[in-house]
Amino acid sequence: MKVLRDTWLVFGRYWGLFIHNPVWVVIGVVQPLLYLLLFAPLLSSIAKTPGFPSGGAYNVFVPGLLVQLGMFGAAGVGFSLIAELRMGVIERLRVTPVSRVSLLLGRALRDILSIVVQSLILIVLALPFGLSINPIGVVVVLALIALIGLLTASIAYAAALWLRSEDSYAPLIFTSSLPILLLSGVLLPLGLAPQWLRSIAALNPLSYAVDAARAVFLGHLGNPSVVKGVALMAVLSILAVILGARAFGRAVA
Amino acid sequence: MEGNAIETRGLRRVFKTRNRVVEAVAGVDMTVPKGEIFGFLGPNGAGKTTTLRMLATLLPPSGGTAMVAGCDLLKQPGQVRERIGYVGQAGGSDREIMGRTELVFQGRLYGMSLAAAKKRAADLIAMLELEVCADRKVATYSGGQKRRLDIGLGLVHDPQLLFLDEPTTGLDPQSRARVWDEVRRMHDRGTTVFLTTHYLDEADALCDRIAIIDHGKIVAVGSPEELKREVAGDLVTLSVVGNLPAAFDLLKGQPFVREATTEEGMVRLYVDRGEVAMPAILRLLDSAGLQLVTIGLQRPSLDDVFLRKTGRSLRETAA
Ligand SMILES: Nc1ncnc2c1ncn2[C@@H]1O[C@H](COP(=O)(O)OP(=O)(O)O)[C@@H](O)[C@H]1O
Ligand SMILES: [Mg+2]
Repeated sequence: MKVLRDTWLVFGRYWGLFIHNPVWVVIGVVQPLLYLLLFAPLLSSIAKTPGFPSGGAYNVFVPGLLVQLGMFGAAGVGFSLIAELRMGVIERLRVTPVSRVSLLLGRALRDILSIVVQSLILIVLALPFGLSINPIGVVVVLALIALIGLLTASIAYAAALWLRSEDSYAPLIFTSSLPILLLSGVLLPLGLAPQWLRSIAALNPLSYAVDAARAVFLGHLGNPSVVKGVALMAVLSILAVILGARAFGRAVA
Repeated sequence: MEGNAIETRGLRRVFKTRNRVVEAVAGVDMTVPKGEIFGFLGPNGAGKTTTLRMLATLLPPSGGTAMVAGCDLLKQPGQVRERIGYVGQAGGSDREIMGRTELVFQGRLYGMSLAAAKKRAADLIAMLELEVCADRKVATYSGGQKRRLDIGLGLVHDPQLLFLDEPTTGLDPQSRARVWDEVRRMHDRGTTVFLTTHYLDEADALCDRIAIIDHGKIVAVGSPEELKREVAGDLVTLSVVGNLPAAFDLLKGQPFVREATTEEGMVRLYVDRGEVAMPAILRLLDSAGLQLVTIGLQRPSLDDVFLRKTGRSLRETAA
């Protein structure tokens, strides 16, 4: 099918660009490492505070880290797109018969793949610290992170195509992703938060993803929050892909 | 119509920005027959890029209709895309990728198999003389090499109609000449080339026909020769030994002379075609026994045309 072929071609181009730039690859691997080595040790003592979920510090913390990786890993992807707009690359691609959805999906797939690989590295590195998870859980969590990556990347690309300049893209991305992240219970469980903060967080789709990831890591694969989190991310991703593909279809550069 | 590469009627584009509305293209009617090198000549901001982007399916028109490469621009954008090539003002190649990789990828987007795309890339690299740099990152290319690669990207699928937006802006004279050669070769192969420029000499030397565009409107269309002739005609200046009034009286009544004056001991004649008028003038003076001292032919430039049509000189307005 044309969309699949085109998506594969576009993915190949951007994956090639990514893999030929050793800086990105190194950053991709070092980032999760830094979190584990420099941040996680703080947790062991916090885990003893009342209200902290049982299951061990790492099983509570790593899911949040993964969600954060999914989101922050994809929020900045618009920068390279803006550079391409300036070089005329996007116009050149839009004038070919290539599918508009593929222009988005091919790129997003590249972003997702790099996020999934980083997530795997993070999970494996956390095992010696006491993280426990079963293989099915790993698959479910990676699927969830991939959806978060797709959702975020699609929105990021749409925003980049509309704003067309780093000067307006950067503030938008950073001022919007930080509250979303803080209000999702990524860093510490919202069980520790006061009621008003929890009420706001309930409006944040990402908090359901965090709940789902945590449930998986605590071994509650059958928990309704898992289905809820994955389904919500899937629906939002589809909407974001439609939005992003439309942006590619009508980009004015 | 079958014979035309482009036909537009009332093509318009309005941009709404926060504080004002710009009519970048204000109703363009034009016809470009197949096989022509057609030039869009106008100063910066005239609406050249906007028109091109509409014709290349990149920008929806605010009004009007257009047939491009035999297809309806509004109803069949997909078919238009398959038949046209477009090289934007900014180029289109990524600095971080190798030229060959870009060409192969571009071919694949047009549905070629990997083998066919590689073959086509190799052919284009040879044709555009990019062998020395094809396997390096575009960031390392000279301006001329980069422009030739960008043109190559527009030619991958051998389009019947190629749009080139300011193909020589910013190039050194040698690279410009190289691009001109390339355009002429495409023309020889039967490709219709639609290019924009704000260089008078480029429009003059390269284009079969040009349209002068200003403030989103076409103010004149024709071959460079026609346009220049229509505006002013060629100017012949001459002086004779002795009897200047006799020479003036003899020449001013000739059918090929549009206008005649005497000034500072010279006769000035505006004629339709200088190359035809000159021998005739020589014969007339000779048979009247008048001896010529000097004679000169001055042809009007496209800038004279631009000046006449817009009230401004393109040399002044061009940035
Ligand atoms: N995306 C846009 N948004 C707002 N105004 C635009 C846009 N693109 C072009 N314009 C305006 O339209 C006019 C024509 O621009 P353009 O077609 O680029 O001219 P040219 O290519 O002849 O230099 C200019 O006044 C320009 O500022
Ligand atoms: Mg322009």
